[in-house]
Amino acid sequence: MTGDPHLLGRADAVSIARAVRQGSVSAQAVVAACLERIRQRDPQLNAFTAVLEELALQAAEQVDRQVAQGIPVGPLAGVPFAVKNLFDVAGLTTLAGSVINRENPPATQDATVVARLKQAGAILVGTLNMDEYAYGFVTENSHYGPTHNPHDLNRSAGGSSGGSAAAVAGGLVPLALGSDTNGSIRVPASLCGVYGLKPTYGRLSRAGVALFAASFDHVGPLARSVADIALSFDVMQGPDPQDPVCTRHPGDPTFGQLGQGIEGLRIAVADDYFARGAEPPILAGVEKVAQALGARQTVRIPEAQRARAAAYLITAAEGANLHLPNLRTRPHDFDPATRDRFLAGALLPASWILQAQRFRRWYRQQVQTIFQEIDLFIAPTTPCSAPLLGQEKMVIDGVEVLTRPNLGLYTQPLSFIGLPVLSLPLRESGSLPFGVQLVAAPYQEAKLLRAAAYLEQLGIPNAQPV
Amino acid sequence: MQPWDPETYVDQMAQLLQLPLHPDHRAGVIENFARFLPIAQQVLEFPLPPTVEPAPTFDPQP
Repeated sequence: MTGDPHLLGRADAVSIARAVRQGSVSAQAVVAACLERIRQRDPQLNAFTAVLEELALQAAEQVDRQVAQGIPVGPLAGVPFAVKNLFDVAGLTTLAGSVINRENPPATQDATVVARLKQAGAILVGTLNMDEYAYGFVTENSHYGPTHNPHDLNRSAGGSSGGSAAAVAGGLVPLALGSDTNGSIRVPASLCGVYGLKPTYGRLSRAGVALFAASFDHVGPLARSVADIALSFDVMQGPDPQDPVCTRHPGDPTFGQLGQGIEGLRIAVADDYFARGAEPPILAGVEKVAQALGARQTVRIPEAQRARAAAYLITAAEGANLHLPNLRTRPHDFDPATRDRFLAGALLPASWILQAQRFRRWYRQQVQTIFQEIDLFIAPTTPCSAPLLGQEKMVIDGVEVLTRPNLGLYTQPLSFIGLPVLSLPLRESGSLPFGVQLVAAPYQEAKLLRAAAYLEQLGIPNAQPV
Repeated sequence: MQPWDPETYVDQMAQLLQLPLHPDHRAGVIENFARFLPIAQQVLEFPLPPTVEPAPTFDPQP
């Protein structure tokens, strides 16, 4: 491997770390190439809101020193990564896509998951654009500008982790972190053609991450290979008393399980709600994945539409409550795309929210029963490929609907009960990418990643950078 | 029952919450709130037995 920016833009994290450990490329060359790639491509994409050139080069120098001295380095040594700008980074103010938060003091320490990636040797190169306070699916942020889809600059990168998906898809970094409350990792991963993992609710610590709707907030990685998703997920796992919902389940390292294949996995295709409304190429993609995995049975997730409705209400109420003081005193400083929804969410009656939370428990029970019969199910990630920037309406099932909320049609009923989901990138030649979700029972991320690695071996997903 | 009027509800609830609605924002808030109604209806019309607790749990020992 060389330090050529173009070649490094195509390399995955696991190959970079291997080359750095073996001394065939220096971490400094990797980081310099990454920074050059950001300089070349980000003016078109607008994925980054801050580039930490000096800090990144210093960290790379330290990795190289350790390698030279024969000191063991972590499994992600020398791997550049970037994070959605709602993760705390020591010394930077956490923007969460807003101008209001620009007035906050800089974070004094890294978010837990950022610290764990750094501890594994990964090198933080910057922070990434998002919808304000993560309330959106398009990353058309009025303060920091829209993030453009690397596959077509006139199209949305998806959101709210749009900067994360665009930076990975554009080959600016091999690995990025995003957050997902209703689909905010999976939707941009789908529209930009990369892998996106939303782990089980509580599986990864959210300490040091700006909340949006705490009932559903998750964090997770976006990358261009299954191995990178698995390895980064593994190093971020583990309990964290700083996050009240972080799991006490022991970690389950997945990287070593990737070669186990799909033997013994009972896999079904979600029908009914999840088989309606997507464009034909996307349903064909679901079928292609199903065939490759030998999934012949179908499964009906009961009341998925109602689950989405309940998720919508809880999100609106929790999000509004967090921002109520600023909504009272400085509503003009909010992005117009989020402001009126936040204000409306503040007015929701308590009884509606409690009923939605009770429905959530009922729904979880129903879906839990389904996982006694199957291990994984398959569903589309988004109903369509990337819409144009600014596109207000789209057609689903013959009905014209608003684009922004409906990008989460298939993601919301799953994050609602915290199921682990991996969005796989599919792309037919000459077409825009789209995602297919693999969904497992809580804490069964390893099964998702085994199936994804199997599909990757068959060449079915395509996450090549553009 | 009288038909529900989102404008009155939004104005009164905003007042109760001491959440002033700027004239430029009021129409958007009413529009967004009205959008909640059919969504909430889907949740509210679904019968749940009284034994079903709300989903969030509280852990007294961190």
